[in-house]
Amino acid sequence: MPTVAYREALNQAMAEEMERDDRIFLMGEEVGHYNGAYKVSKGLLDKFGEKRVIDTPIAEGGFVGVGIGAAMVGLRPIIELMTWNFSLVAADQLINNAAKIRQMSGGQFTLPVVFRGPGGSAHQLAAQHSQSTEALWAHIPGLKVVMPANPKDAKGLLKSAIRDDNPIVFIEGEVMYGDQGEIPEGEYTIPLGVAEVKRQGKDLTIIGWSKMVKLALQVAEQLAPEGIDIEVVDPRTIRPLDEALLVQSVKKTGRCLILEEGWPFNGVGAEIAYRIGKACFDDLDAPVERLTGADMPMPYNHHLEAMCVPDAARTIAAVKRVLYLE
Amino acid sequence: MSRIEREVVEPREKARSVDKAQLVHYYQQMLAIRRMEEALAKAYALRKFGGFLHLYIGQEAVAVGAIAALKPEDYVIATYREHAHAYAKGMAAKQIIAEMYGKETGCSKGLGGSMHLFDAPRNFLGGYGIVGGHIPIAAGTAYASKYRGDGRVTLCFFGDGSVAQGAFHEGVALAALWRLPVVFICENNLYSMGTPLYRSLSVTDVSQKALGYGIARDRFDGEDVLRVRDRIGEAVRRARNESMPTLVEIRTYRFRGHSMSDAGLYRTKEEVEEWKKRDPVGFGRALLEKANVPEAEIAAIEAKVKEEIEEAVQFAEDSPELAYERLAEFTYKE
Ligand SMILES: Cc1ncc(C[n+]2csc(CCOP(=O)(O)OP(=O)(O)O)c2C)c(N)n1
Repeated sequence: MPTVAYREALNQAMAEEMERDDRIFLMGEEVGHYNGAYKVSKGLLDKFGEKRVIDTPIAEGGFVGVGIGAAMVGLRPIIELMTWNFSLVAADQLINNAAKIRQMSGGQFTLPVVFRGPGGSAHQLAAQHSQSTEALWAHIPGLKVVMPANPKDAKGLLKSAIRDDNPIVFIEGEVMYGDQGEIPEGEYTIPLGVAEVKRQGKDLTIIGWSKMVKLALQVAEQLAPEGIDIEVVDPRTIRPLDEALLVQSVKKTGRCLILEEGWPFNGVGAEIAYRIGKACFDDLDAPVERLTGADMPMPYNHHLEAMCVPDAARTIAAVKRVLYLE
Repeated sequence: MSRIEREVVEPREKARSVDKAQLVHYYQQMLAIRRMEEALAKAYALRKFGGFLHLYIGQEAVAVGAIAALKPEDYVIATYREHAHAYAKGMAAKQIIAEMYGKETGCSKGLGGSMHLFDAPRNFLGGYGIVGGHIPIAAGTAYASKYRGDGRVTLCFFGDGSVAQGAFHEGVALAALWRLPVVFICENNLYSMGTPLYRSLSVTDVSQKALGYGIARDRFDGEDVLRVRDRIGEAVRRARNESMPTLVEIRTYRFRGHSMSDAGLYRTKEEVEEWKKRDPVGFGRALLEKANVPEAEIAAIEAKVKEEIEEAVQFAEDSPELAYERLAEFTYKE
């Protein structure tokens, strides 16, 4: 299997889909001549020309709306947000229009549009540039929320998102673009709404997505020599959520830790914990535990920033709490 | 990138006052900003701190000249490219550099960093990371001034990239409708990140946006600190005395990339070199020479600036960081 970077996997997904279907176009800030702020769209302007790879001014509410309008009447736009922090400028378009038009029109209009770009914290970008927005979008019925954790998932899920007939919030890991990983040869897709067991284990289930999958896998390897056997499950799609696989894993291990980079209050982990608690009440050997980002805007200072997102040490401590080892 | 001919609603470029002490002050400020940012670029390359770093090098006369037209009680609000505005408003280099280093002694206690310098005592209302997002805030502070009748003016700085944002239009529309004492200053450096002006605006004369809202406008080149001071001075007077907002477009140029991670390959070397001939700091020095300030005196200013910046870097290096336990204090006020 070929090894590619996360950004390259996303690039392949867009190029292959645009090759396949000429209703698909890419639009966003710096996606064309600059080849993308994070180089995800590198080469696409050369390949597909200015009609299908469109640089926009800094006008998120405007071009997100353009994506919605174009999708309503038969095109299949991919709208790149330079980062999801800036999608908040377009929140009205996403929440009041993208998510609702199909229902308000009694199903007359469907919106096959993908909104994609990097999310989560990076390094020392401070409060306005370090936000995990998935809980916001997942709160909104009418949107689907996808968060790939490795290059294989990135490519397969993005292709499915592009083929899906609904507005998709596709959040990439801002610090994951350089991550290398194997992807299957040739054409493949990964269905939305299907979780994946990233590591088999029997003592405890860690549920995490995006960057948190990496952290969970790292901790699992670190604890294996101590005889702690961790199962890591990645929902991959936050909405719709593959509750069945999550429940199945927790029923097997009897213990559950949820890792979330975002804020705890009304977070995605809160929803998952409720579902696990309800479905696995008789199987749980300990309360469902959450480790989340700190309940505050992200500080700039390097050390304080590190304290505000889950790390290996605090994950290990949480694992041991759930296992009653401490 | 042609030079803009003067075009102003009330064309009244006054005879230049050549108060020597003022010239020295402006030169000292512009030079300190230049040296401070060079020191920051160096520290960043040495990984003394991280995050984004957007340098203002090439635009110094705009911040220094515009803020020279203010009284200390007036407000200034800016974008992420705000080191110069903070300094010109009176923030010490120490506080700015310590903030970049993420230290407790920084102006925002190390919580804001390069993009979020704040200084309440000096009425510097901050640097903001969301393009255009702060423009309505400027209308808000101007509203408060009018409400209280305190005679203060708000200067709001932003880039040409902001002009496509809804927030720009909404902020200007409200300021115009309610005749708020605010001056909107578009620092048009001809690029928003890698996008040249002609690919981001259909009307590249930004000052014309004022016409749609019925406010005053002005438009000029920004390498001469005195011109900036005098022309912004008129807008400030208009805001203070007539409560009439002005949209000012100042053409300028950033010599470096958009941020430290941008090599700026979308611009030709020739273009950058051409603009460097109009270096505002060099222009400021030439003004001193023209005013017959002796070379020894200029050298003394330069030595003093060098010392100021070196001390500030050392201060930042030596400063402590905020304790994690104290972080929660800053989310809500008890
Ligand atoms: C709402 C929003 N969209 C995108 C960005 C990313 N971004 C930061 S600066 C910038 C370019 C801004 O250019 P301009 O307004 O001309 O100011 P300059 O950097 O030239 O001073 C972009 C696209 C952002 N910070 N906020």
